[in-house]
Amino acid sequence: MAKTIEELRAIREKMRGQIDLRQKGEDNLRVVVGMATCGIAAGARPVLHAFTEEVRRRGLNNVTVGQAGCIGLCQFEPIVEVYAPDAEKVTYVNMDAEKAARVVAEHLVNNRVVAEYTVGAVEGLK
Amino acid sequence: MKELSLHLLDIAQNCLTAGAKHVEILMRDSVADDLVEIAIKDDGHGMDAELLARVTEPFTTTRTTRKLGMGLPLFQMAAEMTGGELRIESEPGVGTTVRASFVRSHIDTPPLGDMAETIVTLIHGAPDVEFLYRYETDAETVQFDTTEMREILEDVPLDEPDVLAWIRGHLRELMQN
Ligand SMILES: Nc1ncnc2c1ncn2[C@@H]1O[C@H](COP(=O)(O)OP(=O)(O)O)[C@@H](O)[C@H]1O
Ligand SMILES: [Mg+2]
Repeated sequence: MAKTIEELRAIREKMRGQIDLRQKGEDNLRVVVGMATCGIAAGARPVLHAFTEEVRRRGLNNVTVGQAGCIGLCQFEPIVEVYAPDAEKVTYVNMDAEKAARVVAEHLVNNRVVAEYTVGAVEGLK
Repeated sequence: MKELSLHLLDIAQNCLTAGAKHVEILMRDSVADDLVEIAIKDDGHGMDAELLARVTEPFTTTRTTRKLGMGLPLFQMAAEMTGGELRIESEPGVGTTVRASFVRSHIDTPPLGDMAETIVTLIHGAPDVEFLYRYETDAETVQFDTTEMREILEDVPLDEPDVLAWIRGHLRELMQN
């Protein structure tokens, strides 16, 4: 335990520098995962984990990952929304951890929406 | 829900919606008593007697986006299927306690599942709320308390990605022993 408390202290010192940097950033992207009952039952928890871990691993300081209640499209859960400045909200549906990793790599890093996972693509199939 | 930890995540989200500042998740997992007992306690705004009487009916919710509140009825059904039960105590302005019991050896009792991930998810969603998690078996008790983390972190928030990753690792270690 003593060693891991040391690790936590080290994280604290490292974070203090970075928080200031992030707050100055203008180009913030926001990812929101639906975490109401229907989302949790459909597998939202590992999707949230995948986003937070991928964003952390890649050091994407311009991305925040948050949680929302019921988005109102229960049959499409897990649902993820991506908000970017000067762009329309993108809604991803039927998400899982692998798809989340791809959204991070393509949408959040390279600004290419993964069209096949969006609600528009799924509704188009009907 | 495939895991008890997923029910707990969902039920504890209700505490956050109710504006709780302190949430306790207490579990007793006893082979000797063949029982899993769970209590989720909060100091949120509570429920009046009228709402309390209705919340385990599957069509009750105070949310506006959807008519169906399914979290408590699902948890109750899961408990009762195993021969256990669900009870709720609540007082407006004071808080709420949801208690559930499961018959441990019953085939329909879900596995505990990934409690570390449930706690991390709760902290991520409400980094200013204090969470206490206690897991008690016949042999021993493990406990995790965000107030202890906060003393070390000082002004660094609990929802910093590196902090959440540390908490996940710490909880995984705790749960393994
Ligand atoms: N801990 C709590 N504190 C206050 N009110 C609660 C709490 N838990 C549940 N409730 C009330 O019961 C309702 C039903 O809860 P639930 O079955 O989880 O469905 P939902 O959260 O989707 O509405 C909630 O909308 C809320 O009004
Ligand atoms: Mg609920």
